[in-house]
Amino acid sequence: MTDASQMANGGSTSPLAIELSAINKSFGDVHANRDVNLKVVSGHIHGIIGENGAGKSTLVSILYGFYAADGGLISVNGQITTIRNSADAIGKGIGMVHQHFMLVPNFTVLENVMLGHEGSLSIEASAQKARNVLNKLSEDFGLTVDSDMIVENLPVGLQQRVEILKALFRGAEILILDEPTGVLTPQETEQLFDILRALREQGVTILLITHKLKEIMAITDDVSVMRDGEMVAHLKTAQTSPAELAELMVGRKVLLEVDHTPAKPGVPVLQAENLCLTTANGIDHLKDISLTLREGEIVGVAGVSGNGQSELLDVLSGITTPTSGSFRVGTNEITTQRPSDPAQLRRLGVAHVPEDRHKCGIILPFSAAESMILGYSGTDEQNQGWWLSPSALEQNCADRMHGFDIRPPLPSLASANFSGGNQQKIVLAREISTQPKLLLVGQPTRGVDIGAIEFIHKQLIALRNEGCAILLVSVELDEIMSLSDRILVMNNGQMVGELAREEADEQQLGLMMAGIGAEDGITTSQMRAGS
Amino acid sequence: MQEEGGVADLWLQFLLTIDATLRVATPLILCAMAGIFSEKSGIIDISLEGKMLMSAFAAAAVATLTSSALAGLVTAIGVSVLLGLLHGLASITLRGNQVISGLAINILASGLTVTIGIAMFKQGGQTPNLSRAERFRPIELPFAEQIGNLPLIGPIYREVISGHNILVWVALAAVLFTAFILTRTRFGLRLRAVGEKPEALDSAGVSVAKTRYLALIVAGVLCGMAGAYLSTAHGSGFVREMTAGKGYIALAAMIFGKWQPRGALLACLLFGFLEAVASRLQGVDVPLIGEAPVDLILALPYLLTVILLAGFVGKAMPPRAIGEPYVKER
Repeated sequence: MTDASQMANGGSTSPLAIELSAINKSFGDVHANRDVNLKVVSGHIHGIIGENGAGKSTLVSILYGFYAADGGLISVNGQITTIRNSADAIGKGIGMVHQHFMLVPNFTVLENVMLGHEGSLSIEASAQKARNVLNKLSEDFGLTVDSDMIVENLPVGLQQRVEILKALFRGAEILILDEPTGVLTPQETEQLFDILRALREQGVTILLITHKLKEIMAITDDVSVMRDGEMVAHLKTAQTSPAELAELMVGRKVLLEVDHTPAKPGVPVLQAENLCLTTANGIDHLKDISLTLREGEIVGVAGVSGNGQSELLDVLSGITTPTSGSFRVGTNEITTQRPSDPAQLRRLGVAHVPEDRHKCGIILPFSAAESMILGYSGTDEQNQGWWLSPSALEQNCADRMHGFDIRPPLPSLASANFSGGNQQKIVLAREISTQPKLLLVGQPTRGVDIGAIEFIHKQLIALRNEGCAILLVSVELDEIMSLSDRILVMNNGQMVGELAREEADEQQLGLMMAGIGAEDGITTSQMRAGS
Repeated sequence: MQEEGGVADLWLQFLLTIDATLRVATPLILCAMAGIFSEKSGIIDISLEGKMLMSAFAAAAVATLTSSALAGLVTAIGVSVLLGLLHGLASITLRGNQVISGLAINILASGLTVTIGIAMFKQGGQTPNLSRAERFRPIELPFAEQIGNLPLIGPIYREVISGHNILVWVALAAVLFTAFILTRTRFGLRLRAVGEKPEALDSAGVSVAKTRYLALIVAGVLCGMAGAYLSTAHGSGFVREMTAGKGYIALAAMIFGKWQPRGALLACLLFGFLEAVASRLQGVDVPLIGEAPVDLILALPYLLTVILLAGFVGKAMPPRAIGEPYVKER
């Protein structure tokens, strides 16, 4: 490992940890990887960036033995090899941290780390051995985790650490991370990057798959860009720029900053007072939430996921009834005693783009035309008397597909067959087309590619300019900061602070999201001075 | 004197009921352990019933033909394992619906045992009555008579502990075996992982299909023993539909025991006890109630299971990936 790290600094003579040549992979008609070449220098952090569906995940899945390539050669440490399954990959020193963690939720950290590499038939002895290795790894790399904790009780950042430990435990010298930061706070991301740097110091080669330009710029040595299943560029990170990478990813110039004009807030559309939500087993999800939303403004709700944002959306959209408190939409007051439901709120002009489009936004086996009217199937334009009118459905869907540039523009295609970005556009098109007074939108661009993000952001701004009030919940701080006129920060079910657009920066938001320095500015500045 | 005799008699009655409980519970215990193996690996196993029925027939038929209970047992295990592999082929390799596949095996067993039975023995689906030599005989423990004469304790040894056939002991050992495998061995760790999150096992470099097949094979062995017990130890020959839903009761006991060996054992003993009590109370007049409500007692296991599943008696947490064929994502 030390040999590799010494030589890695030697420039063009550096040995290659991984070399892929002419990798091809098709799924039916979809050519996911087309003649992909890749050279990863040993001891480097190599980024692969590309939009969703560009073929990044397919490529690393081939490398990790999840799929077999249709053709092409894989060399690991200079030797041509075949990788038929994950066991082969592990044997070659390749470890992978998956986007969706491959952890058994009700197992302890130790059991998860051992799984598949127990050593002996009885697990007593191997458990002790694994414990020792874990302790050593956590010392070497600052990867501290309590090995007897049940994994599902750990915060996401720590679960990811377990994934990394798992790979290192199996002797990984090449570590693949697939979209590792999607679920992390800025601070957790920074911690992850520190760990990755420490790993690089020790000679570990890292392949980082991401669609976030900032991360590529922050941590990688080299970067390869994928687009439509092909590698379109291999660059030194130091010699490129976010703008250049973005253009390579999308194949055209991208507006990274949204054209954001000052808001002209009008009358209040939504007024919430002291909303509380407590579950049957006594857990407080929302504590005394009060907020006001006015016409023509976007209010962003920042926070680490799981701090009450989802529950807030559920309450405001009528899915759940608050335990106490009230909110007013126009002149209608909704309280615990006078609850509402999504249908009633929709009639009052409240539209809702749910956080999880697969769970609540669309129905995957339904056609796009059917998904396009979920919740609005009772309106006159969809019906002829008692019956749904298929032709009206299709026509309506085709119009919206045209307006929102949904591809492919086929109303009869099953919702499942659209890419993430296009599925999201279906939901957005449905909710926006009713000209709502209030739009609740959760994670509008989760798992959505750059081109579609740009489009969705433009739509939200346009809607705001028409006078709609928008409550934006997102775990993407960039998104919150570029779209919001005001930013509210949630932590542990409470609103812990509010910042105007101008005064928000990532550092401060991050601290507030972590529940530190929320009460007043002095603490925050002290925290910053201290660090 | 009269009084004392009454107490002693009551005590004996009680012990006989406990003894009957063990005998009735044995196939349930073996089947429930089999169910734990299948279901912990993520395969719904309603085919316990069919596997047990088929192996009961195989055991009796082979014991008749070879005059060897052991040969019958081995054949029963073989047949049950084969059915388990069939279940695996349908639900692991071909990714079919596990309930449908299990149901098919049950129907197959129900029809095939009778058809083959009639063809072979021409006794309306039954196998000929087995002689003592062709069955698993009770094992009288040493000094059963001498110790049995001791007051109070003695009858426990004589009636409850002594006089069981080997398969009763095997069933109890199977509980320890199952608990040991699940918690102390590599295979157990992988087995629990594959039922909770198969993709985690796959990415750890262990074959999901292989692990599940292995689980079904172990389940097959246990189920085969349960079948052999019914026809060549507890009974003396195969009678059509002789399992009479015991596979389902075992499945219920396993769920009642929350997929844990100890819990399943206790549930099996409870169910066995209720059945033993019901058969003892058949036609007996109980003070205040009148004729003993035997049907109600027999229905209790099912009621208890339904109540448990409805969430009234603690939460039953099935393995998370149960019932889902493993498909690598897209």
